[in-house]
This record gives sequence, C-alpha cells and structure tokens, in this order.
Amino acid sequence: MLIAKGLCARLGRKQVLQGIDFAAAPGAVTCIVGPNGSGKTTLLRALTGEIASTGWIGLDGADLRRIAPVHLAERRAVLPQASGLAFPFTVYEVVRLGLLGRNALSADAAHLPDRALQRVGLAGYGPRFVQELSGGEQARVHLARVLLQVWQPVLAGRPCWLFLDEPVAALDIRHQLQIMALARDFAGQGGGVVAVMHDLNLTAMTADRVTLLRGGQVLAAGPVAQVFSDTLLSRAYDCALRVNTPPPGGGAFVLPQAVA
Amino acid sequence: MVALSMAEAPSGDRSARARALTVLLAGILAVMALISLHVGAAGVRPLPVLADWLSGREVGLRDRVVLLDIRLPRLLTAVLVGAALAVAGALMQGLFRNPLADPGIVGVGAGAGLGAVTAIVLGALLPAGLAGVLGLHLVPVAAFLGGWASTLILYRVSTRGGRTSVATMLLAGIALGALAGAATGLLIYIADDAQLRDLTFWGLGSLAGASWAKLAAAAPVILAGLLAAPVLARALNGLALGEAAALHLGVPVQRAKRLAILSVAATTGAAVAISGGIGFIGIVVPHLLRLAMGPDHRYLLPAAALLGAALLLGADMIARVVVAPAELPIGIVTAILGGPVFLWILLRRRGLVDL
Ligand SMILES: Nc1ncnc2c1ncn2[C@@H]1O[C@H](COP(=O)(O)OP(=O)(O)OP(=O)(O)O)[C@@H](O)[C@H]1O
Ligand SMILES: [Mg+2]
Repeated sequence: MLIAKGLCARLGRKQVLQGIDFAAAPGAVTCIVGPNGSGKTTLLRALTGEIASTGWIGLDGADLRRIAPVHLAERRAVLPQASGLAFPFTVYEVVRLGLLGRNALSADAAHLPDRALQRVGLAGYGPRFVQELSGGEQARVHLARVLLQVWQPVLAGRPCWLFLDEPVAALDIRHQLQIMALARDFAGQGGGVVAVMHDLNLTAMTADRVTLLRGGQVLAAGPVAQVFSDTLLSRAYDCALRVNTPPPGGGAFVLPQAVA
Repeated sequence: MVALSMAEAPSGDRSARARALTVLLAGILAVMALISLHVGAAGVRPLPVLADWLSGREVGLRDRVVLLDIRLPRLLTAVLVGAALAVAGALMQGLFRNPLADPGIVGVGAGAGLGAVTAIVLGALLPAGLAGVLGLHLVPVAAFLGGWASTLILYRVSTRGGRTSVATMLLAGIALGALAGAATGLLIYIADDAQLRDLTFWGLGSLAGASWAKLAAAAPVILAGLLAAPVLARALNGLALGEAAALHLGVPVQRAKRLAILSVAATTGAAVAISGGIGFIGIVVPHLLRLAMGPDHRYLLPAAALLGAALLLGADMIARVVVAPAELPIGIVTAILGGPVFLWILLRRRGLVDL
C-alpha cells in the first residue's frame, strides 16, 4: 500500500499541498485528476520523495523518507511530466538507463530493453537518436525506460510501483489506449500504478480509484463511479460538465471503446 | 527464432564499439609515447637505453640525462595533464549537463591559476608547520582549492532547482575568470624577483618545465581526481536525464555532485599547477568521443583520459618540432588545433544553444 496522511508541501512561498490524504493499492490503477495548478504534479513529487513535504508517507509499510534512493529505485519508477536529455543518446541507451544500477545485463535480461520498446510501440527504434524523434515518440521512450526499471521485480512478484505524470498527454489516441492498457497490465501483475491524468474518459476507462484535486486539497476520492459526478467534476474544473450525456444539439464526439 | 535473437546484438547499443575504441586508443597512446621518447634534438635511441636501465646495466650519462631526466618526466607529465584536462572537461559537462562546460572556458582554470600563484607568492607567509606538511604539494593543492572554490561558485550561480542555465554559466564563467585574472595580476605585481622567475616558468602554458619533482608534487592530486571518475560514471549517466530522474533511478544526487566538483577541481587544479593553462583539450576530446561512441560516461571517461593524453603528447611533439631547436608553448598548439574544432561544435549546435 501507498498511504499518505496530512501531506503538506510548499514550493517557493506557496503552500501547494494543504493536508492531503491519499491511498493507492498494489494491483490497482489510481489516477489523480484536477485542473492545471491544482497540485497533481506536486503531490506525485511528494509521494516519490522528490520534494520535501510534511505528513506521513508510507510505502508498503515503511516510512518512505527512510528508504535510501538505491533501494527505492528497485521498488518504484517515476515518469516526470517532462523529461530532458543532455547528450545524444540512442533510444536503446536511454531505455537501458532504466537499469542504471546494473552494469551488464544477464543473458535472460538482455532482451528486456527491446521488449520494453516493443510494449510502447517503438520496436526497431533502438538505434535512432532520441533527440531526433517526435514529441510523442520521445515520451514513449521514457515510458519504456521507467517500465524497464520495474519490469523484473513485478514479474518476480515483488511489490513495486509505477508513478506516471501525464503519461499519455503527448500521445495520439491509439497510443494513449496502448499505454493505458500497459498500465492496467502492470497492475494485473500485482504492481501499483499512480497516474496523473487530464483525459477524464481515459481515466474512467482505466482507473480503479480516482483522487480529484482542487487548489491543493482533495475534493473527492474513491471509485470512478463515485467521483465522476456532474456536480463534483463541474466544481473541480469550474465549468459545466456532464457525465454519460451526449452533447446537446447532436454534436459529434469520439470516444474510445475500450482500453486494450 | 530464439537463436536469431540471441545472435543479434541489441540494436542501438554502442557499448561494444566503445570498448573496441578504448582498446584502440590505448594502443595509439602507447605508440605515441614511444615516438615522443624518440623526438628531440639529441639523437638518443630510447628502447635500448630503457632496457639497459631497467635491467640495471650502465647507462651513458648523456643518454641518461636526455632520456630519464628530460624526456621521460615530460612524457609522463603530458600523459597525466592530458588525461586530467580531458576527464575534467567530461566530468564538468556531465555535471552541468552541457557539452559547452569546460574548466578552461568557464573560469575554473583561472581560479586554479589564482590558487597556484597565491601559493607561489604568498606561500612564505604560511605557518612553517603547514608549509612543511604540504611541502612540494603546496602549489598543486592551492590550485586545487582555487579550482574547487570557483567550481562551487559557478555551480551555485548557474544552477537552480537542478536546472543549469547555459547563458548564466558562460557569463558567470567570464566574470569569475576576469576576477581571478585580476587577482592573479595583483599578486604578480607584488611578487619579488625570485617569485617572478617561478611565475614565468609556470605561466607559459607549457610542459617545458616538466621535472620529476614537479610531477611528484602534482601526480597524487591528479590521480586522486582521475580515480573518482569511474565512481561517477553511472551518476552522470543518470544526471543526463535531469536531477529528479537521476534520483528516481537510485543516484545519490547530492553526493555525486559534490564528488564531481571535487574531482574537477583536483584534475584541473593539479594540471594547471604543473603546466599552466592549456586550452581546448577538455572540450574537444569529450565531444569527439561522444560522436564516435556515444555519451555513456562508463566508456566516455576512460576513453577521454586516453585520448586526452594522446592528444597532448601529439601537441607536445609538434611544439618541440616546428620551431626546433626552440619550442612553442604547448598552449599555443592546442589553441590552434582546438579553437577551430570548438567553433565547429558551436556551429553544429547553433539553434540548440538557447542563450
Ligand atoms: N517551483 C515552484 N515554485 C513555486 N510554485 C510552484 C512551483 N511549482 C509549482 N508551483 C505552483 O504550485 C501549484 C501546483 O503546481 P503543480 O505543478 O503541482 O500543478 P499540476 O496540478 O500538476 O498542474 P498541470 O495540470 O498544469 O500539470 C501551481 O499553482 C504552481 O504555480
Ligand atoms: Mg502537472
């Protein structure tokens, strides 16, 4: 379990997180949604130990802040909202950085970087330079990297976690579905997924639980059916939203039919 | 199907090429070293003399002086300084996440120079006990401290929240270099005649003053800096993705950054202390290697040491040969070779460098 209680964090002079309670279970996909600036990224960064915060954070029973970075890296991988790359690495090399701690890959692990690339729809991209890929392709390279980081632990049945900050924001609809299916798959293997999302339809199709943020506070948390109500969503995003209602005047709308 | 995928090397993996290139560079360095023992005004044949010397037989006085007291320390100095400058450049570029960061360009060399000059001019003011402990190492250690202070200041000024601004880094480097240069000028102004002789000898940016004594003074500091490099390789690979990503990959980021700064200061400082300011090795060598074998620091750092050493040896031979029997300061040779390459790097990156 990932449990946070009374989480507060300030960035600069701003109190961004104001007493957040959060829970995510292994084997489930937990999504964090809310308007721009509501504190989703900040919450994720606090939950991964990247920024200082007050309040309790427990990861699988242990105090998160007492786990050394090296050990933490074996238990959870984090996809930031934006990834940078300072030097001209190839796609293969960046994915391989997911296993930074390991010098040589054993024979049974040598194919894993290629497998991870295949899972994000980038089979054969290994020799390309990352900086010469499109934005969405670059985003998927980093997805493959974080996937590789926790791939072996999750298959071995060890508790581990994926933290994804807007994993599909840059992707086309087909790859959005592919990546969300991947998240479901990871949870199906027993891993825990915490994902910050903007697309409410994809969230509804993928998430087991949703936490709805507004102004650095939790507006609602629970199963999708409970959180995605006309009133809660309209209040959170400050605009009129209807759940499961075709647009007035018969306007066109496109909805994916299933994840995977 | 299985057999096929086993036989195929994972595509995009350049580690095998990097290893092969490293072996090749080691071979090139060995050949260059042999040639450099040959090159010189006096016609001495190095191999037989070295063989005699190693097996304890008599060696003629002239051979002995030329080979053992002049060429050998000079060879080793060139190798150590070349390795130090190239590794310092690669480390600094990894730390600042920018291929333009180089101790010589961003004022760290000037800071180290200030440290060295301070030691030469004001060293006599030190308490006798401390001076005794440091002994010959005083100048390299002072240069290390100067380089360390300027790297720290540069890092603090140009990096915020794990992001380095290229513009701030380059401008802060210019300011630091100018400040250190002014302070160095002031010290030279108050130096006495004996110190001035030391200073001119030192400040030439040259290997002409190489001696066993100087080598013994600087080598431990350089080696300490070089030995830290392999420890840092993985951390720098992680840092290429950004500080947060490195942390999530298990890199102890703060510790790695502190060690990298110390290592840059030690290699730059001690190199400056024995040979003055020799430019462009630190920026050209890592850049060429990244083109040839990729940016993975596990391979880049050792290869940079080898190529830096080979390049400085080559530059030293040119410096000794072109105006023989006189010689050019080696800094001039590296500038003539390295300056255009640096401009070429800038041209290639035009549009990528967001100033
Ligand atoms: N480094 C910072 N210093 C000061 N304030 C910050 C900093 N980073 C974020 N904030 C503020 O904290 C609030 C929450 O930011 P956060 O990045 O968590 O939002 P978010 O919910 O992820 O938004 P988005 O949907 O745009 O990604 C914002 O009001 C932002 O202005
Ligand atoms: Mg965000």
